[in-house]
Amino acid sequence: MAIDMTQFRQVFFEESLEGLDAMESSLLQLEEGTPAEETINTIFRAAHSIKGGGGTFGFQELTSFTHVLESLLDEMRSGRCLVTQEAISLLLQAVDVLRGMLVALQAGTVLDQPRVTEIQTQLEALWHGPGAIAPHPPAVLETAGAPALSPVLGGWHIAFHPCPTMLQTGNDPVRLFRELETLGTLTVRVDMTRLPALADLDPEICYLAWELTLHGAVCREQVSAVFEWVEGDCALSLTPLAAPQSSGGVPSPPSPEPATGVEQCTGVERRQPTVTTDTNSIRVNIAKIDALINTVGELVITQAMLSQLRDGFDMRHLDKLRDGLDQLERNTRELQESIMSIRMLPISFALNRFPRLVHDLGQQLGKTVQLTISGEETELDKTVMEKIGDPLLHLVRNALDHGIEPPVRRREAGKPALGCLHLHAYHQGGAIVIEVSDDGAGLNRDKILRKAREQGLVGEDETPPDDQVYALIFQAGFSTAETISEISGRGVGMDVVRRNIKDLGGTIDVFSAGGSGTIFTIRLPLTLAILDGQLVRVGGEIYIIPLVAIIESVQIDTTLIHTVAGQSPLYKLRDDYIPIVRLGDLFCIQQDGGTGSENLLMVVESAGQKLGLIVDALLDQQQVVIKSLETNFRRIEGLSGASILGDGTVALILDIAGLLRLAQYRAGTSIGLQRAETGRQAA
Amino acid sequence: MASILAVDDSASMRQMVTFTLQGAGYEVVEAQDGEQALGIAQSTKVNLVLTDVNMPKMDGIALIGALRALPHYKFTPILMLTTESAPEKKHEGKAAGATGWIVKPFNPDQLLATIKKVLG
Repeated sequence: MAIDMTQFRQVFFEESLEGLDAMESSLLQLEEGTPAEETINTIFRAAHSIKGGGGTFGFQELTSFTHVLESLLDEMRSGRCLVTQEAISLLLQAVDVLRGMLVALQAGTVLDQPRVTEIQTQLEALWHGPGAIAPHPPAVLETAGAPALSPVLGGWHIAFHPCPTMLQTGNDPVRLFRELETLGTLTVRVDMTRLPALADLDPEICYLAWELTLHGAVCREQVSAVFEWVEGDCALSLTPLAAPQSSGGVPSPPSPEPATGVEQCTGVERRQPTVTTDTNSIRVNIAKIDALINTVGELVITQAMLSQLRDGFDMRHLDKLRDGLDQLERNTRELQESIMSIRMLPISFALNRFPRLVHDLGQQLGKTVQLTISGEETELDKTVMEKIGDPLLHLVRNALDHGIEPPVRRREAGKPALGCLHLHAYHQGGAIVIEVSDDGAGLNRDKILRKAREQGLVGEDETPPDDQVYALIFQAGFSTAETISEISGRGVGMDVVRRNIKDLGGTIDVFSAGGSGTIFTIRLPLTLAILDGQLVRVGGEIYIIPLVAIIESVQIDTTLIHTVAGQSPLYKLRDDYIPIVRLGDLFCIQQDGGTGSENLLMVVESAGQKLGLIVDALLDQQQVVIKSLETNFRRIEGLSGASILGDGTVALILDIAGLLRLAQYRAGTSIGLQRAETGRQAA
Repeated sequence: MASILAVDDSASMRQMVTFTLQGAGYEVVEAQDGEQALGIAQSTKVNLVLTDVNMPKMDGIALIGALRALPHYKFTPILMLTTESAPEKKHEGKAAGATGWIVKPFNPDQLLATIKKVLG
């Protein structure tokens, strides 16, 4: 039967990569000396599975590398090889090499062979003990023994005396005979001398023995192979028979070569350039699917109930109809919740890489850092998860590089030499909160303030409160690090972090106590598929403004509108001047009123810039499901998507950042410039 | 048709084994570790057990021992899937009551040939 083994490769890659993740995190838990049994077993199993799968699915490179790794781990498991810090580092590198191999094999690209060989040699050196690099270990695989063919022409006399307990291993003598029959002509003679009287017979015991004669050109190995599984459970003696010379030759049926199968197995099927089947899949807990099916089941019942009601409906059934509709609403809401929960993954997916990162960075920087992660089971939308990885990475790197001090400095400051870094995730309301906290030196208020004054962000005589000072680190191009290190780079970081988080509809705050650490708090919406929106009316159209972007809405006082030549009009909001945009003008809609006094001004904000939107009326606040404009229509500047309202009409969702850009474009000048100017005017 | 309990912690191996065996007309029940397999075995009788050795929770050797202690699995053929060509694993398995073994890596044809040999 020809089975296409390539169909299992994708699963093999996925599980192997998962296995490597497990291996990595176990390696990081591994302590020097005698390792904890379960930890080392987990590591061993991961290597073992990759080796086994690699052989089965035709990846010889993987098999030979993991063979060395597995052998070394086995030595460690049995305590013959000590676990040292160097060994752990080497094993971690081996994990990287394997990961690289898997990715290369999956994508059909070239392996980094020199690196593979380098690590493999180091592993071998460790395995065989220092300085004693043994000759390359013998061929890795025991190919199911192809018999050395030196057949005895006549055949064999086989005396087979099973132990009484042989049956209890599930081995059936009849099976052995059947197999022998495929090798030649078999005559079977049973020896029943040990068979007791019926009353004494124990049906579970094998009392019989056999004398077998096998005629044909069969070699000893072939016969032994048949009895391989019962070796030790029986007394077996093989005596060659004389070749049948004159008797016309026993027609020995050409024995079906047991080697044919072996041939196929060792001949490694060559990979075709792999079609990358990156299916962007998601693993879902069965319980969630069951809940979904359950809800769908209820929906079907409700539907059946309602359609039953339709036949012969009259006003007496109105109550029932109302009940039915209530139930439908409940079902729909449950269905929505279940579907949303399927997109939710535990945040550990994003946090898992940090133990390794902290371990490596700590070594690189000469700092000892203990990373603790809590709340890793907190669930988060998959899309949000994918996008939060980089900002988190940046924060963790920063904490290690700039936050936590070297051990000497820590001791001087009276702190334990071991630095602490804590990642904590939890739900709060409809948001997820991720805290990155360290017990390092904290932010240096004076230094930030000095730098800010140099850059003109803060006036010489101003002394803003702490939180405003700390928030300055999110300004573009702002860095207080004296030296630019390769780890956290120059000040292009924190503003990008903040922008990424804002793009996700979230916020980031920093709290720091000089000398005792820093806490970054990230707040993210649970999902990007649903948005809390404010519905507004502009002329006859309804638009949706994301609630998070809204600062306030005010009744317009027309005397406060200032028009500067060549620029979009400004509105004096208390001490600030903000640019304003008539949404009607922007979208070519006839808006209520002409002067603006009947209208409302919605003050919105994006990336620290404020904008006033003139709308006609505020309507509901509600959760809306976001539909992509790009996939259904095309991308439009100033709009981030669309949603369908209860009455079936389509409402467009405003993209505040895009509107700001549009406003700047229309005014033919940058709002930043205006701000600077208005700032001066205000001052 | 005969039923087979396939036990392996590796999803790709399970998939391959199941696909091969089902293709040959066997009924296959899957388990991903010894514990789960034992749970299944306690309530179901299968004609053959095919188990990996290295698995979390309960390994193949322990599973074989536990299965042999069940009255309805006393004589059921149990085959180990093992990459360990080292004889001690085979002996451990035998001592626990395994019928025989298949050495990894194997291809579907070898798997079927071995299963046929045992199930007849």
